[in-house]
Amino acid sequence: MLKTQPMTQRIEARFQKCRQEGRAALVTYVMAGDPDPETSLAILRSLPKAGADIVEFGLPFTDPMADGPAIQAAGLRALKVGQDTVKTLDLIRRFRAEDADTPVILMGYFNPIYVYGVDRFLTDAKEAGVDGLIVVDLPPEEDDELCLPALKAGLAFIRLATPTTDDKRLPAVLTNTAGFVYYVSITGITGAATPDFGKVASAVERIKRHTPLPVVVGFGVKSGAHAAAVAQGADGVVVGSALIDALKGTLDAEGRATAGSVEAVTKLVKELSEGVRSVAKRAAA
Amino acid sequence: MSAQAQPNSYRTGPDERGHFGQFGGRFVAETLMPNILELEKAYEEARNDPSFHADMAYFSTHYIGRPSPLYFAERMTEHLGGAKIYFKREELNHTGAHKVNNVLGQILLARRMGKKRIIAETGAGQHGVATATLCARFGLECIVYMGAVDVERQKPNVFRMNMLGAKVVPVQSGTRTLKDAMNEALRDWVTNVADTFYCIGTVAGPHPYPAMVRDFQCVIGTETREQMMQAEGRLPDSLVACIGGGSNAIGLFHPFLDDKDVEIYGVEAAGHGLDQLHAASLSGGRPGVLHGNRTYLLMDRDGQIADAHSISAGLDYPGIGPEHAWLHEMGRVKYISATDQEALDAFQLCSRLEGILPALEPAHALAKVIELAPGKPKDHLMVVNISGRGDKDLFQIAEHLQEKIV
Repeated sequence: MLKTQPMTQRIEARFQKCRQEGRAALVTYVMAGDPDPETSLAILRSLPKAGADIVEFGLPFTDPMADGPAIQAAGLRALKVGQDTVKTLDLIRRFRAEDADTPVILMGYFNPIYVYGVDRFLTDAKEAGVDGLIVVDLPPEEDDELCLPALKAGLAFIRLATPTTDDKRLPAVLTNTAGFVYYVSITGITGAATPDFGKVASAVERIKRHTPLPVVVGFGVKSGAHAAAVAQGADGVVVGSALIDALKGTLDAEGRATAGSVEAVTKLVKELSEGVRSVAKRAAA
Repeated sequence: MSAQAQPNSYRTGPDERGHFGQFGGRFVAETLMPNILELEKAYEEARNDPSFHADMAYFSTHYIGRPSPLYFAERMTEHLGGAKIYFKREELNHTGAHKVNNVLGQILLARRMGKKRIIAETGAGQHGVATATLCARFGLECIVYMGAVDVERQKPNVFRMNMLGAKVVPVQSGTRTLKDAMNEALRDWVTNVADTFYCIGTVAGPHPYPAMVRDFQCVIGTETREQMMQAEGRLPDSLVACIGGGSNAIGLFHPFLDDKDVEIYGVEAAGHGLDQLHAASLSGGRPGVLHGNRTYLLMDRDGQIADAHSISAGLDYPGIGPEHAWLHEMGRVKYISATDQEALDAFQLCSRLEGILPALEPAHALAKVIELAPGKPKDHLMVVNISGRGDKDLFQIAEHLQEKIV
């Protein structure tokens, strides 16, 4: 029987480990149930082995209004085969049974959680082994809905900060944030244009003036070279749409997994991991 | 549901966080929050600025053609043999629907804010046409997102928007109707926050949109009060309006909410019937969160948004404005529904008796007038909002009646 740790401790421990290794963390996003539950679980299990430090699992939603075409399509593929919140938590439970240490972040939109019932969801998510939540359509103005109950339940509520979040607003965004801060490097949807990576370091510095939490950066990271560029200035690099595109490239005409599906994702994760590990950072004091 | 305390007034909402009871709110991505707050502040300033109201009044009169008449529908009244029926003639506005009232307000606001790029979503195309029209008038760039299915069934309006210089973007994602057009408009806004103003077409979306759009549409009810006082020397006994998102309805209803003797009916689209595909969020949905607000939604048990269906593209939306959700739970407004077939029948009756081709949206309201009016006494004054004209629907109606145009 594997020992389980209190939730945000897994996230803290993982960033601590990366700091000790003198590098940024690699955070990967894939959609639960895409293209079918078993394949998505196989992918999830393969990610830490390929070099991912933290895994984000997408909760499918019909109307993902902050996501680009890749993640929209992934969600619809998952919904088509009947993926729902109960099944997603079940996949995480099975992942957690074999991996006690890798932090799992559930990422999605509020409606499926709201409909599931906030209290019931938090209980079930914590029990399944979820460490944190990213819910795109819950800004600090709606903290009563899920953020505060999640923190009370021992789940990290990870907030997005964006280029439009100015210094005046940052404190409000960071107040109830736990685990880490996710800096969205562009104003735009996921998988969109590649950002100016040169600006990432200064943006991360600005956020770090307001919080002791690690700051990870995502949106637009597609290759090992991108990952290395972002790793220069950030505590972590998030990659999502590129992994989903890699998976999609292996699906058959009916959108089903093929023999090469899991391998295509892990291959890219290895490249990203090498990119992240190629940048030596000063070990934290 | 436990009985809720009745408020002293139904007209004070929303609260400062945009809530009507438990409904409304600001459920948007962080990227948009600064914009939403900027918009809220700009609207508050405009609302308290007499020059903004003077501009609104000028263009309402000389460009839109307000006030719209309150017309006694004598033959419809005779035919139904009950209530005395009045039409609020919003279909006579420039661009042919009530949508322009709201667009005028938002475009004047966008100008105050210095935004040069306007985006909008549209279902039937009436909001898109109104937005394209005012953008042409004020020399602003205009991009309209429209579900690919709607582009197909509302071709005349697509052509009108093109003629007005707007760029119509057919949306291929999801169910390719109004909700997907709104998703795509939100994606555009997230990407182009700095220079772009999102002109939402109905009383939905994040705060302050539901309150702001309502305020711009309240001219409908305010005029109706005055016109009815002139015509009959008293207030109407009942109001009827169709509801997709609910902007024409709230515009008519809101000025009467505190007049407790006025019966108010909102008519949702029951599509093929409430037990089949429909678009009646209050009758067939439950509370959820979509497009920036909590409201009643059509969805499955997992919270996945369901396909709405209505013959009328303007009502084909799986949600409803949050203030309607609240008025429904408070019991102040009675929400009922009309099927595709009832709307088609009402369209034909109104056309032949009154010489007015209503849009398929208000044909839903008329369908319930046909049902309600005969049971009312002859001195019962019933107002129905004819929120748009039917020209845009002629091809589709012909198809349903299996008649060929040209």
